[in-house]
Amino acid sequence: MRVMAQMAMVMNLDKCIGCHTCSVTCKQAWTNRTGTEYVWFNNVETRPGQGYPRRYEDQEEWRGGWELNKRGRLALKAGGRLRKLATIFSNPKMPSIQDYYEPWTYDYATLTDAPAQEHTPVARPKSLISGKDMKIEWSSNWDDNLGGSAATALNDPVLRKVSDQVRMEFEQTFMFYLPRICEHCLNPSCAASCPSGAIYKRTEDGVVLVDQDRCRGWRMCVSGCPYKKVYFNHRTGKAEKCTFCFPRVEVGLPTVCAETCVGRLRYIGLVLYDADRVLAAASTPDEHDLYEAQRSVLLDPNDPEVVREAERAGIPHDWVRAAQRSPVHALINTYKVALPLHPEYRTMPMVWYIPPLSPVVDVVRDTGEDAEDSGNLFAAIDALRIPVEYLAELFTAGDVAPVERVLKRLAAMRAYMRDINLGRDPDASIPASVGMEEEQVYDMYRLLALAKYDERYVIPPAHAEQAHSLEEIATECALDYEGGPGMSGPFGEGSGALTPIAVENFQMLQDRQTADSLAAPADKTARVNLLNWDGKGSPRGLFPPRPDDAGSPEHPDGADQR
Amino acid sequence: MDVFLWVIVPYLCLATFVVGHFWRYRYDKFGWTTRSSQLYEDRLLRLGSPLFHFGMLGVVGGHVLGLLVPQSWTDALGVSHETYHVVAVIGGLVAGLMAVVGMAILIYRRRTVGPVFSATTVMDKVMYAFLAVVIVLGMWNTIAGSILTVGGEYNYREGVSVWYRSFLAFQPDASLMADAPIGFQLHALVAFGLFALWPFTRLVHVFSAPVGYLTRPYIVYRSRDPKLGSRRQRRGWERVG
Ligand code: SF4
Ligand code: SF4
Repeated sequence: MRVMAQMAMVMNLDKCIGCHTCSVTCKQAWTNRTGTEYVWFNNVETRPGQGYPRRYEDQEEWRGGWELNKRGRLALKAGGRLRKLATIFSNPKMPSIQDYYEPWTYDYATLTDAPAQEHTPVARPKSLISGKDMKIEWSSNWDDNLGGSAATALNDPVLRKVSDQVRMEFEQTFMFYLPRICEHCLNPSCAASCPSGAIYKRTEDGVVLVDQDRCRGWRMCVSGCPYKKVYFNHRTGKAEKCTFCFPRVEVGLPTVCAETCVGRLRYIGLVLYDADRVLAAASTPDEHDLYEAQRSVLLDPNDPEVVREAERAGIPHDWVRAAQRSPVHALINTYKVALPLHPEYRTMPMVWYIPPLSPVVDVVRDTGEDAEDSGNLFAAIDALRIPVEYLAELFTAGDVAPVERVLKRLAAMRAYMRDINLGRDPDASIPASVGMEEEQVYDMYRLLALAKYDERYVIPPAHAEQAHSLEEIATECALDYEGGPGMSGPFGEGSGALTPIAVENFQMLQDRQTADSLAAPADKTARVNLLNWDGKGSPRGLFPPRPDDAGSPEHPDGADQR
Repeated sequence: MDVFLWVIVPYLCLATFVVGHFWRYRYDKFGWTTRSSQLYEDRLLRLGSPLFHFGMLGVVGGHVLGLLVPQSWTDALGVSHETYHVVAVIGGLVAGLMAVVGMAILIYRRRTVGPVFSATTVMDKVMYAFLAVVIVLGMWNTIAGSILTVGGEYNYREGVSVWYRSFLAFQPDASLMADAPIGFQLHALVAFGLFALWPFTRLVHVFSAPVGYLTRPYIVYRSRDPKLGSRRQRRGWERVG
């Protein structure tokens, strides 16, 4: 047994309201730079729908992730090492910018600059890639809330797997949101695809990162990741991906997406796993067994033997304690309500999902029946084949049994807790019917419904001695860092020596405050991007220059000069 | 003049090449990349890039053979001058043509595809100019010098190659180059210019050809880098154990 710790996340899909707050805050924190305009480390998809990038789940086309080869051994779906090197000059499976979407901005200046004219001036969309006028035809969440889905939902590769006839009926009855980040897989195919060895999994917490100093822009990770969660920064020529907000997590703060989640549906915690068993589990022959195999790789942190082995492997004691309290472990292995996304990609993803029950509830309610009654709900779960099959395609490689089990547990929790809330005697037979104790159901309710902050996030800081400094966005960092901040070297955007992330963001923010020319910020004097303005001070260009700036002395009291 | 052209300039360029790479690697690992533009455009690239790169691999291999292997060695192996010549010309033509066609496609693409063009830096343009001139001159030497024998036959293996080896051995013999046809002279000079530019362009990616990929384990594990976090460790507060 070789115990390793993994920082993992669970999302409770029932609570996602599809507000995209997570995406937006993540973008503001990490990808609000030129070169990453089209990049969403966190995105929220409406399902059924094509996802972002379009149809990324169709691995027959994109060939991401792993597969079992003829000898039953695990192999990269896109081909092995030699094949990677042979196609290195032009990656045959690389998504183009059109598969994501062409990012754009609006030419807002014309609204204010245009001379007096008969017609109202319009802000035209300008491509952030070419700087030219463009026609907006797609974006990262174009089919939000099933918008336009009548035309496009049939392209959803998952929907295609679910049987043909019931498609339209399904669309009318069933919809949910699927927020996605990088899965920080136990068996990451992005890392395995990288020719330079620049993508690595951190031994301490399992976060998968791209070493920006070693990445040479071969782009094999972009196509290698089946979730398409590595992105190519087209200005710096390097791959970038979700970092699990490691600068925050290291000091015990949840990721930005989790912290800002309006539905408070994200859970972050440690799991301990046996690194020696990962390969065997990923090579499980039957796809339907992958969910169980993946669950069995995770170790019980309360098992004294596991604790002993963990300490022997150098995992600090406070980390083991945190793993014992981990909500993620509880949801995956104690209550068994969380499922991995697309286990059939065999990357052993570590962001798990509690499938949504609400669509089932809605159907029952629409029929006028009691939607809190466990009998009604159980019957509906059995009857609503299509939603259940769809969820099974997402979370268990098509095996409906585990999905049904999870949904029934959620239904049982609803029914059981209603009795308590209404002051009636709780019915012990309801938990028993889904194989749970009464107390367990209550604890699960606490974790899922009340979702207290400190129960949702159990994050041991990387350095206990730094736990006190939770202000995180360090203000002293710019001075801390010797060698001085130099953001743009002579070889294009961002070249130069290593810069700590806090400094980089600080610089970036400053740069962006004073520049928002379209694709390439060549002249940074232009205007101010208010979206990136933190409200402090007045960056140059915020106000137009005064006509008589040169000559007249400032009016000390700010009296205007009309 | 000969000494300047065939001793001083080449050594200056070589020095820039070596020191430049060292410096760039030391200070700009982040900028060390292929700067791929595949994201913008795929159709032309799919054709041009492999053509160019595989062609260039052949061209470089040919140069290694032609410049570094002395004629006496192939003679000793019993390879006649004619056989060598035929093999070299055919190999050179094929590889060279691939490179030229590939390069033409790539330059066309760079100029006409809007996003690619706007992502092109000044350094890229200079580099492209040098690269194109070197390759075209090289092709000219192969075709005009070896096939059409314009201006008389010239055996570079007794001239340019010997000079090149003497240059690498730090005992340069400028006269050998001074006697070479103008095509070879220009080709060599521009090539040296390209070498001097090399470390400051995207060409550095040549030196990160990922051969290590063939032998390393698939998944790389690394310990967290304390420099990368939101704050560095304070002295005296390093983690124990
Ligand atoms: S989901 Fe993340 S860790 Fe997994 S293969 Fe993709 S980029 Fe790598
Ligand atoms: S912030 Fe939370 S509720 Fe809103 S879309 Fe993201 S995951 Fe869903």
